[in-house]
Amino acid sequence: MAEIRNYTLNFGPQHPSAHGVLRLVLELDGETIERADPHIGLLHRATEKLAETKPYNSSIPYMDRLDYVSMMCNEHGYVLALEKMLGITAPERAQYIRVMFDEITRILNHCMWLGAHALDIGAMTVFLYAFREREDLMDAYEAVSGARLHAAYYRPGGVYRDLPDSMPKYEPSKWHNQKEVDRLNENRQGSLLDFIEDFTRRFPTYIDEYETLLTDNRIWKQRTVGIGVVSPERALQMGFSGPMIRGSGIEWDLRKKQPYAVYDKVDFDIPVGVNGDCYDRYLVRIEEMRQSNRIIKQCVDWLRNNPGPVMLDDHKHVPPKREEMKSNMESLIHHFKLFTEGYSLPEGEVYTAVEHPKGEFGIYLVSDGANKPYRLKIRAPGFAHLAALDEMSRGHMLADVVAIIGTQDIVFGEVDR
Amino acid sequence: MSKAVEALSARIQARFSDDVAVHVAFDEVTVEVPAAQLLPVAQALRDEEAFSFEELIDICGVDLLTYGETEWDTVSASCTGFSRGVDRPHKVKHLPHEELRFAVIYHLLSVTNNQRVRLKVMLDEANLVVDSVVGLWASADWYEREAFDLFGVMFKGHPDLRRLLTDYGFIGHPFRKDFPLQGNVEMRYDAEKRRVVYEPVSIELRTLVPRVIREQYPVKSVTEGEG
Repeated sequence: MAEIRNYTLNFGPQHPSAHGVLRLVLELDGETIERADPHIGLLHRATEKLAETKPYNSSIPYMDRLDYVSMMCNEHGYVLALEKMLGITAPERAQYIRVMFDEITRILNHCMWLGAHALDIGAMTVFLYAFREREDLMDAYEAVSGARLHAAYYRPGGVYRDLPDSMPKYEPSKWHNQKEVDRLNENRQGSLLDFIEDFTRRFPTYIDEYETLLTDNRIWKQRTVGIGVVSPERALQMGFSGPMIRGSGIEWDLRKKQPYAVYDKVDFDIPVGVNGDCYDRYLVRIEEMRQSNRIIKQCVDWLRNNPGPVMLDDHKHVPPKREEMKSNMESLIHHFKLFTEGYSLPEGEVYTAVEHPKGEFGIYLVSDGANKPYRLKIRAPGFAHLAALDEMSRGHMLADVVAIIGTQDIVFGEVDR
Repeated sequence: MSKAVEALSARIQARFSDDVAVHVAFDEVTVEVPAAQLLPVAQALRDEEAFSFEELIDICGVDLLTYGETEWDTVSASCTGFSRGVDRPHKVKHLPHEELRFAVIYHLLSVTNNQRVRLKVMLDEANLVVDSVVGLWASADWYEREAFDLFGVMFKGHPDLRRLLTDYGFIGHPFRKDFPLQGNVEMRYDAEKRRVVYEPVSIELRTLVPRVIREQYPVKSVTEGEG
């Protein structure tokens, strides 16, 4: 019989299943993991230090680039910290818009996760399906903020602008003839809200499609059931949050437990897993997409019936409208001050957390009364989850590491910051 | 929420009496703990039913070296024009423990009681050591490695205190306030040597917006519009 010896395997940093730049040093006994040592920081940009050198509002675009598949949720955490310190609250319409876009972001994130996770384990089709839906949602992003990914749409005191009345439409080109363009533009005839509502009508059947492909799929179950099992006690010990802690059977969702924005006014349920394995976390996330869809529907209804301001009228913190700025001296001064120096926060420290698609996204902000943060700490959910990779993958086979990375929904923008 | 926060701060104060200082601000409880008391206090907060903070959410370091410094004197700026004197920082605010440069902040969460608490340990630059809480919360592992990497805080009893986020062989602790934003070295691929080389950094730091500290304007009621 041949002698089997332990060896060390370098996984990444350029591995398609590493979901970014993760270097994983694996100590193997045959094909069994004895120890996994993730080396992170290859995408470290010192976002927190950069934010210390900029006025508060200039750091909002940095938030998009943390977890670059759930942009607006990151912004939400940051603007909530600023609003808490300033003692201001966004108008109700802005809060509904934020909740709607948070949930759109959650679907965007979960679609990305589902596609990538399934692709890693060997199911190609789901990836293509999931990205088809992401396209529509990114069009909604684009319509409202002008950017498909890095929106910078939330501001302390509200959101940058109200929802547009019309959707951008496709035009005939060399690649799309008139007939095709008409078909593509069919659901873009009305406002953005019409477009989103049309999406929420279609989306449940799309989730059914994903489930048909995966939920009872024998290969999918063989790769995920009983893999990376985390008990509720260990989940708390390891600082889990979001779908990771709910997959282990703990009913914990900041949207319900510590509601922010208008989450206490919308109706939704928290899915909870039983076994704490990859399969349960998959089911939790799938159900979360359905619940997000439900929340979006309620927000669309509310937003249709309740026009109003989306930004505070408090020009010490929020820039005045451009036309006002052109005709009113005081507005001009406010505008100038806000765009050169910014506003100062009172002295003190706050911690705000939002239920980000991946877990608890927290912002710890220390201010010494200046127009820039003294210290900004970003609590990224993926950081705690990746730290648990060693424990979760110990004793599993090499191929299961890929499933565990997938189920953790790791994005290096936020892990490395 | 506010009532629960008050009750929690009273409970903590009663339990630990003079060992800790409890502040409430922005509806959040901050407990200042002396470094020597950290482990017993943390253990009690985790295990005692009245607190049951089962989850450690975050650990981070804070360097208070330049706290309350401005780069632009708003009084004399009009005489000196726009030269702004951004290279002349001066302190306008002071902290109670000025001599203690570093702080380590722990954010705890109780899933059972739905409460949060923040522990603050102040540390002297000469003795930058604090007990590790890895034994209490496994999630502390990477958070402590991160704080060690970025601030140079040593965690006594940590099983594997290595750098986490910075490059292999990195020198210095980049999030300290005396570490320049642009860094000390830059790297590029040298075609002649056929390897990556490190050189002293060639870019200069620019201040686009000076740091100013203003007296806080009174926060207005948010519903009323203004002209």
